Amino acid sequence: MIGFSFARLMALLRKESIQIVRDATTLRMIIALPIMQLFLFGYAINSDPKHLPAGLLSIESSKYERTIAAALNNSGYYDLRQIRSEAEADEGLARGDLLFVVEIPPGFDRAVDRGENPSVLVDADATDPTAIGNAVAALSSVLTDLNRDLPPIRRAAPQTPPVNFIVHARYNPEQLTVLNIVPGLLVIVLTFSTLFVTTLSITRERERGTMENLLAMPVRPVEVMIAKIVPYIFIGYLQVGLIIIASVVFFDLPVRGSLPLMLAAIGVFIASNLALGVTFSTIAASQMQAVQLAQFTLMPSFLLSGFMFPFRGMPAWAQAVGNVFPTTHAIRIVRGMLLKGNGWSEIAPEIWPMALFTVVVIAFAIWRYRETLD
Amino acid sequence: MNDLVIDVSGLRKRFGDLSVVEDLTLQVKRGEICGFLGANGSGKTTTIRMLCGLLEPDAGEGTCIGFDIRRQAHDIRRNVGYMTQRFSLYEDLTAFENLDFVAAVFEMPDRQAAVEAIIERMGLKDRRNQLASQLSGGWKQRLALAACVLHEPKLLLLDEPTAGVDVKARREFWDLIHDMAADGLTTLVSTHYMDEAERCSRIVYLAQGRIVVQGSATSVVGESGLVIFEAIGDGIDAVARRMRQAPGVEAAGVFGRALHVAGMDRAALAAAIESQGGGLEWREVEPKLEDVFIHMLSLDEARR
Repeated sequence: MIGFSFARLMALLRKESIQIVRDATTLRMIIALPIMQLFLFGYAINSDPKHLPAGLLSIESSKYERTIAAALNNSGYYDLRQIRSEAEADEGLARGDLLFVVEIPPGFDRAVDRGENPSVLVDADATDPTAIGNAVAALSSVLTDLNRDLPPIRRAAPQTPPVNFIVHARYNPEQLTVLNIVPGLLVIVLTFSTLFVTTLSITRERERGTMENLLAMPVRPVEVMIAKIVPYIFIGYLQVGLIIIASVVFFDLPVRGSLPLMLAAIGVFIASNLALGVTFSTIAASQMQAVQLAQFTLMPSFLLSGFMFPFRGMPAWAQAVGNVFPTTHAIRIVRGMLLKGNGWSEIAPEIWPMALFTVVVIAFAIWRYRETLD
Repeated sequence: MNDLVIDVSGLRKRFGDLSVVEDLTLQVKRGEICGFLGANGSGKTTTIRMLCGLLEPDAGEGTCIGFDIRRQAHDIRRNVGYMTQRFSLYEDLTAFENLDFVAAVFEMPDRQAAVEAIIERMGLKDRRNQLASQLSGGWKQRLALAACVLHEPKLLLLDEPTAGVDVKARREFWDLIHDMAADGLTTLVSTHYMDEAERCSRIVYLAQGRIVVQGSATSVVGESGLVIFEAIGDGIDAVARRMRQAPGVEAAGVFGRALHVAGMDRAALAAAIESQGGGLEWREVEPKLEDVFIHMLSLDEARR
């Protein structure tokens, strides 16, 4: 038996790097694709939509109602139209014709004038919370406008707002914010691009017939694995850098935590994905099969990681499954570090599951890697 | 180390129910060029792969360059140059990069010098910076040979190295092999070409995973017991067609202006000529290796 050799590993690394650089199409793709995805998804999700269809439901006509309606229209977020009944409101929301229904209670004018602080109910379609987030935020500006129209006696001492807006987030009580999406997106895009590059690596050697030659040479499985993974860690960092820069520039992503620490944590995440890809590559008989295996893990990564749905809203078993995936932990790390300014003590519990995942997966790959053609 | 570079006995390999190699015993001495012959699917590639540890035999044992083929596959790999049937270097690397990679994987002490030397020796100088994918068939074979002798192996295992290569490139390829044999390198080479088989110091003929016959080209021809009659004259094509149907005739073929008729039974052959070969001048000739080879191939088919 022969042991691990650093010189051989370097030879393999050189070979892999040359092959990566020479495959210009793929290289361009793995650099351009994440950026394209970020913009595509980022703007699709993160756009600040205006002129959202809204219904104004009121029984009687009132002057303050007109002020509110004008202010809402002027905010640019609402396109109000009068609706006549509760049923019409429900139907409009259900069909998606209306994203909001603003309901003015009976006796509104009198209640405002008396300082009774009446409630205006705003029913919002929160299936896509990012779409309505800014519109909801704009409600407060309406109060300023309303203040101007109040009788002097009420305007002088506005300790309490004249009107109380109650936002009822229909369909999706847990509202994700715009800033929640972009860090998650960073991780998701990275999952995509890193998983696939190594998924093809060993099956490609097999399909091109170069595996036989590689096997006939004195290389160790662990050397082959590491050589397949390491060059793509650098490419992964290139992607991370581009995505973060684009996110800061175009989506005003705040970076509140330590950037070097986050990059180090992301390194573990990238390695875990690449390792998983290599493992698929050793299991699969063909490139096609390897890609299918990778796709199987992508869906749960998206759905159970807390990227698309609130993690705490999932049943315990789904949370357990979600916790297996490195994507879940990476999303927590990146969100926490970017938005909350989390440090080492907060992210450490998320690091070790990714590291453990990497080690287990690589060990499995090495165990599965056949040194013969049997 | 004794004089036997390959010394295996009772090798067997089955893929499912299909027996590919059965009870194969083979000994190859240092410096020999051993030709592996046999129809497609006769077990040549499988045997070669078992010898270099790429396949684990189901039964049998032995040594290759003094290392146990089961337990010391890694040591065998370090000392064997294996050239696969299909080009298996990296097409997206240049000739130089491929050789440099191989030299580094084998941890050669003076890599640069070794690579330059082999480029020089194989005449790859003008091709060194070409991508392997852009090389023609002949140059690819040369590059592959360079890659498998680069680490100065003690044994070369060449699996149909010259398939699809033109005559001149084949000739040059074999000159290189003989050069290296003169330096004491042992070679086991599988081939379908008769001229190549004749250049081997020993021939091993495989059929359905078993060795049917082995020895020098002359002794294989001598031991075959094959009788060949040759005729020259007009209308040999028509005679050849009639002769194929005659009893005692195994093969009848036209080579240039001559008709060759082969069979195992001299009397039966003579009788066939008497009845079918009218008007032609017949004489008995020495069988060629090709005649013997075709004879053995048809025996294979008959056995199946």
